[in-house]
Amino acid sequence: MSIIGIAFTPSDAYGIQSFAASLGKPFFLIQITGAPVTDAGAQEVFAANLTDIPPADGLVETLKQCVKDGDTHVVAVSSMASKDAMARLAGFLDCAMVTDVISAESPSVFKRPIVAGTLIETVEASGAPIVLTFRPAGFPKQPATGSSPVENISIADGKVSLKQAAHKSGGRPDLTQATVVVSGGRPLKDAATYESVIGGFADALGGAAGATRAAVDSGIAPNELQVGQTGKIVAPDLYIAAGISGSTQHMAGIKDSKCIVAINKDPDAPIFEVADLGIVADLFEAIPAIKTLIGK
Amino acid sequence: MRILVPVKRVVDPYAKVRPLSDGSGLDTTGVKFEINPFDEIAVEEAVRLREKQADIEIIVISIGTADCEEQLRKALAMGADRAILIETSHQFDSQGIAKELKACIEVEKPDIVLMGKQSTDFDCNQTAQMLAAKLDWPQACFASAVAINGSFVTVSRETDLGVETVEVPIPCVITTDLRLNEPRFVALPGIIKARSKPLDRVTPTATPAPLTRTLKIESPGARPPGKKVSSVEELVGELKNRGALPA
Repeated sequence: MSIIGIAFTPSDAYGIQSFAASLGKPFFLIQITGAPVTDAGAQEVFAANLTDIPPADGLVETLKQCVKDGDTHVVAVSSMASKDAMARLAGFLDCAMVTDVISAESPSVFKRPIVAGTLIETVEASGAPIVLTFRPAGFPKQPATGSSPVENISIADGKVSLKQAAHKSGGRPDLTQATVVVSGGRPLKDAATYESVIGGFADALGGAAGATRAAVDSGIAPNELQVGQTGKIVAPDLYIAAGISGSTQHMAGIKDSKCIVAINKDPDAPIFEVADLGIVADLFEAIPAIKTLIGK
Repeated sequence: MRILVPVKRVVDPYAKVRPLSDGSGLDTTGVKFEINPFDEIAVEEAVRLREKQADIEIIVISIGTADCEEQLRKALAMGADRAILIETSHQFDSQGIAKELKACIEVEKPDIVLMGKQSTDFDCNQTAQMLAAKLDWPQACFASAVAINGSFVTVSRETDLGVETVEVPIPCVITTDLRLNEPRFVALPGIIKARSKPLDRVTPTATPAPLTRTLKIESPGARPPGKKVSSVEELVGELKNRGALPA
């Protein structure tokens, strides 16, 4: 009666550890990329040791062989990669699936955001296994533990061929993993200004850089840096929103952050209603001043 | 070549939607309904593909009550050739929808299924992938560019790290992301003209009990009110007091 956790990246392993702990169940880990994580408390780690996440069809061909009778849940941290593959897996298993779980009320009842995060649905899943993706911010972090045995696995080839892999630009931490995120909106004007002001501030804080949909749509920041319901969902310890008015869809992507700071010239910007700390100021003056004050 | 575009009728994504007072569902009183925006992008993409390659037939399909005709007519007005409405009041989950679509695909035999990556009401992001599994077809999700090259489709897809390019053999399932295109505006005369395009009404092949069931819908708790500070010095002081600055 175990949970199968699919870790698309190494850090997913610790999220799965937190999720399994919330249900008080042991788990087995299938890890797709990176060096096997042996200190997340998994009963065993089945590691594919890949560099890039492979196309979903071949991957799921392998994953569906790994799910056995008696497995209660097949879970993964919410990401574009997990949504792509886990729903395909659920399609083969013909079982219940729940997307973007934020809390588990019981082993079969979950809460999840709907309508761009403006409402919360409580959903009951029947049968077994239950396939689900979850947002780790809702599940308390667990200490590193144990030394899981590792078995290597290989992923089947599918019909889809990867012609050009996506590679993260720059050396900043991943948006969904970073403890500090600095995001900018359309007032950043252009890509060079965004990179020097928002990127520079993120670097000073050792954080990731994010952007609004408006900033991405106007070419100021690349697509993969979009934060919000239709982009990345982030939950850092510190989220700094610079020149961001605070649309519903942006707020849906940041509301689990511990401390939200808003810097905006417009005193009536909706972002101030949700920010823990707000300052009415021109970001081009405030950001350099903050950097000086914190000695960066 | 034949492209099937499933479209879902959803509450206006720009309207403020509230839960029913008993929490049993969404209060749709007085709210407009639209084509799910991601599905609208899929209809648009199918029409653009046909503009490049004339021998494409575009079929749109929806599953739901008779009201879904409104969304199918809009898709026809955008350029789809014909529509199928699987008329039912049964509450399907994603697996049930995928099974109905599969049954239809076995009859209509499309080469490509092009559909939205998720609906803007329940945000599940499941149906297309489940359908691809049930058909045992390859899939390319979250497309930001689609090009047909003979027996393959080249898809640029948005991933967690950026955009990757894949080659997918036909038949396949492709889901659309936000930046694939901007759907065309359809004026009223176009919608009226689309009234004469064929729309078949059929009944579902099965009405399985859903595997997931909504117990309650509620508004999320609001964040506690924050504090406005009057200077950068005060802001940094507050951040230090709260231990919010990285060491």
